[in-house]
Amino acid sequence: MKPRPAMKIKGTTILVLLIFLFLGTLPFYMPMFRVSLFGKYMCFAIVALGLDMIWGYTGILSLGHGVYFGLGAYCMAMYLKLEASGGALPDFMQWTGMSALPTFWKPFVNPVFAIAMAILVPMALAILIGYLTFLNKIRGVYFSILSQAMAMIMSTLLIGSQAYTGGSNGLTDFKTIFGKSINSPITKIQMFYATLIALVLIYGVCRFLTGRRVGRVLIAIRDGENRAGFAGYNTASYKVFVYALSAVIAGIAGALYVGQVGIISPNEVGITPSVEMIIWVAIGGKGTLAGPILGALAVNGFKTIASENFPELWSYFIGVLFVVVILWLPGGFVSLKEVPGRIRHVIEVRKNEKPRETENFVSEEKQSRAH
Amino acid sequence: MKKMNRVASAVMAVAMAFSLAGCSGGAMSEVSGSSASAETESKTSESGSEQASTPESSGDTIKVGILHSLSGTMAISETSVKDAELLAIKEINEAGGVLGKQLEPVVEDGASDNATFKEKAEKLLLNDKVATVFGCWTSASRKAVLPTFESNNGLLWYPVQYEGMESSPNIFYVGAAPNQQIVPAIEYMSENYGKKVFLLGSDYVFPRTANEIVKKQAEALGMEVVGEEYTPMGHTDYTTIISKIQQAQPDFIFNTLNGDSNVAFFKQYKDAGLTPDQIQTLSVSIAEEEVAGIGASYLEGHLTAWNYYETTDTPENEKFVEAYKAEYGEDRVTDDPIEAGYDAVYLWAKAVEKAGSIDVDKVKEAAGGIEFSAPEGTITIDGDNQHMYKPVRIGKINADGLIDEVWSTDEAVKPDPYLSTYEWASGLSTQ
Repeated sequence: MKPRPAMKIKGTTILVLLIFLFLGTLPFYMPMFRVSLFGKYMCFAIVALGLDMIWGYTGILSLGHGVYFGLGAYCMAMYLKLEASGGALPDFMQWTGMSALPTFWKPFVNPVFAIAMAILVPMALAILIGYLTFLNKIRGVYFSILSQAMAMIMSTLLIGSQAYTGGSNGLTDFKTIFGKSINSPITKIQMFYATLIALVLIYGVCRFLTGRRVGRVLIAIRDGENRAGFAGYNTASYKVFVYALSAVIAGIAGALYVGQVGIISPNEVGITPSVEMIIWVAIGGKGTLAGPILGALAVNGFKTIASENFPELWSYFIGVLFVVVILWLPGGFVSLKEVPGRIRHVIEVRKNEKPRETENFVSEEKQSRAH
Repeated sequence: MKKMNRVASAVMAVAMAFSLAGCSGGAMSEVSGSSASAETESKTSESGSEQASTPESSGDTIKVGILHSLSGTMAISETSVKDAELLAIKEINEAGGVLGKQLEPVVEDGASDNATFKEKAEKLLLNDKVATVFGCWTSASRKAVLPTFESNNGLLWYPVQYEGMESSPNIFYVGAAPNQQIVPAIEYMSENYGKKVFLLGSDYVFPRTANEIVKKQAEALGMEVVGEEYTPMGHTDYTTIISKIQQAQPDFIFNTLNGDSNVAFFKQYKDAGLTPDQIQTLSVSIAEEEVAGIGASYLEGHLTAWNYYETTDTPENEKFVEAYKAEYGEDRVTDDPIEAGYDAVYLWAKAVEKAGSIDVDKVKEAAGGIEFSAPEGTITIDGDNQHMYKPVRIGKINADGLIDEVWSTDEAVKPDPYLSTYEWASGLSTQ
């Protein structure tokens, strides 16, 4: 019989539970406007979770997840736009010279179809891209460049085909969702909790996976793909799987985002937002599931607070935050608990090394004088 | 299985949060308070106003919002408009304020991002409860905040010329509608330069929609569109397009390029040996501020279409330019959107004085027919579509980077955002 592992709940788990509790009780003491903002941050937290699965756990750095977020969001937005126009030609198509609804728009009148597409389209694209790249052993920085190019292609395509996508304005001005007013407080609260439930469920799925053999294989791929391959695992199919999973998660986040924020435009799917997504994961702490959630909520919350109080200077504060975290907290926010230990360690090392350091310094000084 | 238990406990925690329902305060209290009116809210924008955003005028100040991009790609243009709006607020405050109260500006940064614009608009309306907002530049940012202003019955004063096809009951459009800039400009060009036009623009909504209008108009005027090209925002290589222009030999180029692209285009245009005497260009997105950025030497002799130039000869403009330079520095220039932002504050203040209240519905009702002696000349609010009667001016860029008027309408032109008075534009809108 194996010895029972200690019944210790990890600190990160407690952190996640506290975050969920905080989010769940939010509507009881925060005004609606703030609650909607947190609804938006939660969508970002969902994307960050998916990104962490491929980056933090599998070591694939995707700089183009805005594409999958955007696909999910646009699918949902097409439904919302058609509901706002009563199934007729949306306003932007009229002034771009369209006379009839394009065929691929038509089925999006049905919300079930739209939601299914918000999941299936990102999945299909990710599987296709995944097969083409991972089977051909395209990895590392080459994959990152490719994914970033995808983000650029996506936003250029969206802007270029204005008659079909609303161009740089994107899709906006929605009226109802499932027949209910999209701006009423009840709908907003419902969407907030729907997002929270999605976040909890997706966290659960990621946790389930990372705790199983799949998760260990992913980590093995990250730490040494060739060795994992020699051990008999088909690393390419694992990578395609996890890439598609993170794409689906991003798609779901996009679909939830559109309902709450009320707009999706190429601004939100291009290179800049895709890189921002990576920043949330890095700031929160990659390779943990608490990190990306915390990172997305904290970075975006900080951004809002800073920009409201210092509308002309806030971007500098954000920059400083990033630099500080990357320099002194490479493990992200979740590694904060290790900081006291590290400081103690540094002090001890300093103490022991002090005499030698001054010696070096003196000798160096002598040398420079000799020159 | 332990891990499953932990997942379950996470779900439990959220379920516990749900069970707290019934507590008062926060967003939840709004749900019970307004669920009855929620259904009608989407249909009539008025119903949302009573609980959502009643402007606050308690105390001695009235809060007004300013929402422009102060960071990102649009900051270079929008910061100056913000400055002009703050100048107008300062002048009004020095003259005693509005309804005897001082105006208190609340400045927010839209960060050149549509979703951020929307977030900040909500913040201004719901959190700060401002009486009105002056802001936006790009059509995308205006489209992004439009639903927020409509559903909360807010008020937005939009200072930039645009492509038309819009008339929100909660927005006042202080910049030109297409019939006050694009349409007369094309008429002028076809009369004075010829019938062959080349369309060149940045790839976003304004150029594409503006060119849809131009193509219809060109057809009606018997003109020929010899080329239509769009380049992504920030594009800087125009050699291919310039050789296409040289092949097509248009009589003039209708230019809707925006931002950095203009620097590259006009430089390469000059390098290719092309001058405005050979092929004239007419730009609708280049004002004095952009001329300073591009360099007057590349732009000298090229044409623009606006409602106002720094050189516009009115006593009000002399005063405005002097005040603006005194406040922000001698090296600063004024231009059309800057002037429109300045006008917007005065127009709103006049409407409030007339209404005797800052209540949005009362202000809107009072606004129709209000006149303001603006730097560009007298402008009047058209109560039907909340656009302005404005004079139209074609100008030629000079070596000093200023723009000299070469043609103007005799009087202010009635705004027609849907171009409904033009036979040829019938296919463009349903209104």
